[in-house]
Amino acid sequence: MIDYETLRIIWWLLLGVLLAGFAIMDGFDLGIAALVRVLARDDTERRALLETIEPTWEGNQVWLVLGAGAIFAAWPLLYAVAFSGFYFAMLLVLFALILRPGGFSFRNKVADPRWRNAWDWVITVSGVVPALIFGVAIGNLFLGVPFRFDDTLRMSYEGGLIDLLGPFPLLVGGVSLIMLLLHGCAWAALKSEAPIGPRAERLLGWLSPALIVLYLGAGAWLAFGIEAYAIDGVAAAAAPSNPLAKQVMVGGHWLADGALGGWACALAAIAIALAAGVPLLARRQHHRSAFLASAMMVFAMLFSAGFALFPFLLPSSLDPRSSLTVWDASSSQHTLGLMLIAVTVFMPLILAYTTWVYRVLRGRVSLKHIRESHSLY
Amino acid sequence: MIDHAVVDLSRLQFALTALYHFLFVPLTLGLVFMLAIMESVYVMTGREIWKRMTQFWGILFGINFAMGVATGVTLEFQFGTNWAYYSHYVGDVFGTPLAIEGLMAFFLEATFVGLFFFGWDRLSRVAHLVVTWLLAFGTSMSALWILAANAWMQNPVGAEFNIDTMRMEVTSFSEVFFNPVAQSKFVHTVSAGYVLGAMFVLSISAWYLLRGRNIDFAKRSMTVAASFGLAAALSVVVLGDESGYTITEHQKMKLAAIEAMWETEPPPAAFTLFGLPDVAERKTHYAVHIPWVMGLIGTRSLDGVLPGISQLVEETADKIENGRIAYAAMQKLRTNRDDAEARAQFEAHKDDLGYALLLSRLNIDPLTATPEDVSRAADSTIPNVPVLFWSFRIMVACGFYFIALFAYSFWLASKRQLDRKRWYLRVALWSLPLPWVAAELGWIVAEHGRQPWAIEGILPTALGVSSVSASQVWTSLIGFVIFYTTLAVVDAFLMVRYARKGPDGLGMWPNQSAENPG
Repeated sequence: MIDYETLRIIWWLLLGVLLAGFAIMDGFDLGIAALVRVLARDDTERRALLETIEPTWEGNQVWLVLGAGAIFAAWPLLYAVAFSGFYFAMLLVLFALILRPGGFSFRNKVADPRWRNAWDWVITVSGVVPALIFGVAIGNLFLGVPFRFDDTLRMSYEGGLIDLLGPFPLLVGGVSLIMLLLHGCAWAALKSEAPIGPRAERLLGWLSPALIVLYLGAGAWLAFGIEAYAIDGVAAAAAPSNPLAKQVMVGGHWLADGALGGWACALAAIAIALAAGVPLLARRQHHRSAFLASAMMVFAMLFSAGFALFPFLLPSSLDPRSSLTVWDASSSQHTLGLMLIAVTVFMPLILAYTTWVYRVLRGRVSLKHIRESHSLY
Repeated sequence: MIDHAVVDLSRLQFALTALYHFLFVPLTLGLVFMLAIMESVYVMTGREIWKRMTQFWGILFGINFAMGVATGVTLEFQFGTNWAYYSHYVGDVFGTPLAIEGLMAFFLEATFVGLFFFGWDRLSRVAHLVVTWLLAFGTSMSALWILAANAWMQNPVGAEFNIDTMRMEVTSFSEVFFNPVAQSKFVHTVSAGYVLGAMFVLSISAWYLLRGRNIDFAKRSMTVAASFGLAAALSVVVLGDESGYTITEHQKMKLAAIEAMWETEPPPAAFTLFGLPDVAERKTHYAVHIPWVMGLIGTRSLDGVLPGISQLVEETADKIENGRIAYAAMQKLRTNRDDAEARAQFEAHKDDLGYALLLSRLNIDPLTATPEDVSRAADSTIPNVPVLFWSFRIMVACGFYFIALFAYSFWLASKRQLDRKRWYLRVALWSLPLPWVAAELGWIVAEHGRQPWAIEGILPTALGVSSVSASQVWTSLIGFVIFYTTLAVVDAFLMVRYARKGPDGLGMWPNQSAENPG
């Protein structure tokens, strides 16, 4: 049996891996959805662009479903506080995600241009909203969120949707949106024919510098403009999960004083290099490498945020003692252990058959094929 | 303080979104197996019509599948958004089957569903067939894990309360996964889905025959539906009985409410075929009894006793008193963690801690409750008897009707007379909504019958809510209603449109439409 402290670290990393899995795999679906009206100009082009993601978006979205399930099982307090605290934000994401399948599987079923045009708008919104809100949520983690626990660990939350939309969280939301637009373009460049592919390439040339500037701006703001949280004294890393058993100090700097601040900065440097590399690779027609670079960039950006926050998962601005950390918000050792076994067994299988599916579907979606085919989907 | 407006609205929202999700899921579960069977025939015989059948029913499957996936995410999120204390209180146990469902089943079905649609020209016949079967397997495995989670709410085995973390924690995962309630529920529920899928194919095919369209296509589809449906309908009734038997052991109150069995009867108890349950008088008026049947079904013996509602309420009152001892000890431990006497007392009575929370649910402090409060809390554990009584009876009547209809269909199919009797085709067509009625009523019996508990004997539903305001839940509830109604209209519009077009109208079966214009 692995000791409790190590299990918590492993599950903290796995939480990052699952969320990064979602951001990478479903991220390009969101990016394509958000850009469907920009990258593709007429109905044939839009059908072709959407067909690059239609066969796989359902599998990709499972990363989110699994991510949420894993948070429920491994970090139940985080699940309870984040989902109920961010009530309307979560609902907006949910409504967007419910609309998306309608967009994909209903759009082509009626030929009327008004019907298709309406669904294209729906698809656009369903891509933009989650991309933005996930970033806004991450931005709020660094500011702290207004919740507290009573001594039965019942949480109360004092804030609303508007309170989440501060300038720093909106900036992080912007980073998240641009990041996924870029990732979507890298996918379109890989999977689409002219004129869609070259259009995506050109757009990459604009998105990449914009992303780097916003990301650096958010990093600088985080490093110098936002008060950090820190656990007072030595954390009881193997104690039963109860957030109220610790004390938390507010003050200092997230990156300079953070436990893993150096790591976060190193990851940020890698992320920036990758972001700069994506359009260069795409312009040289190395589309596969460009997409892989983009995927690694998404991973690095997400982990840079997670590492900067460590050991916190969700600090509380209302009652810092109630903050959730890696050491006091997990499920029991027993559950973490069993879930680790399940992940170890099934994750390689999932990666194997997902890879196989993408291999079967390899190649660009051609406009000629779209004009000739009767869509069965 | 429990805000009952928030509780009621959150329950209503969960019920509506779950019932809505459950419009799509059983069709996915059932139709995918029909697709797999049809495609298997295609691969074995090489006859093109079976491929067209798979593809045509696949289009309708696709419209439905997207909605099932979309509305399923809502349910997962909702535990966190609206039932935050529940999520904290049982996440250690309840979250695991949900996460494993994602790892083991949902990934499988969602990854392969795309290849089902887009893989026809990219895969060999056999490889595509394997994909379809994996998709079918994934959907049913998905149901297995979701029902394992649900079964734990009905029969919470393999876990105990930890006072340091103020929540339930797992003691044995094998008990959670091999929960007897989970197994009978799983087979009962997926069989219900298979019945629904079979009825869907049977009814729409009957419509084609009534119109004289797609004759060969429809007759073959009906033959598959009749055989698959008959097996599934038999299984759903037999396993429904198994489900009944397991709730006899684990949820005596639910069973007594379903039967409107107010007082304990001498064994073997009679089954009430019909009657008008009267909650205020605790009596069933105009009852028509069948002697012995209930005792035999419920206990599978002649001398097993099934306790009535009044006796169960008295037992609950005792448990509440026990729970109050645990609750009082817990308060002492909170001020002084080293109080050995309080800890011993807590450990001895903690299994009934949930019953003390029945008082908190009524905003009564368990420490100062009077005997009247206790009996009021005990009375509050009686579920809504008339709703359960009638839901159950209509569901069972549907179940027997399905057996009869599919058996007759099977007989006609084997005599190759499916298109001969127009009255039969009309009956088959108009039976289309019934499996949905039965499935939704089954959900009501299982989940409404669990009330007032979220987790039977552990956590009352009212205590599981999030600290959100009633206006927040009103807003989301209205949002869901508008949103879901719109989607339902669009979904139904597309389903009807594509079913009406049929394989001939879609140009999928040119020879067929040449023979049978119209």
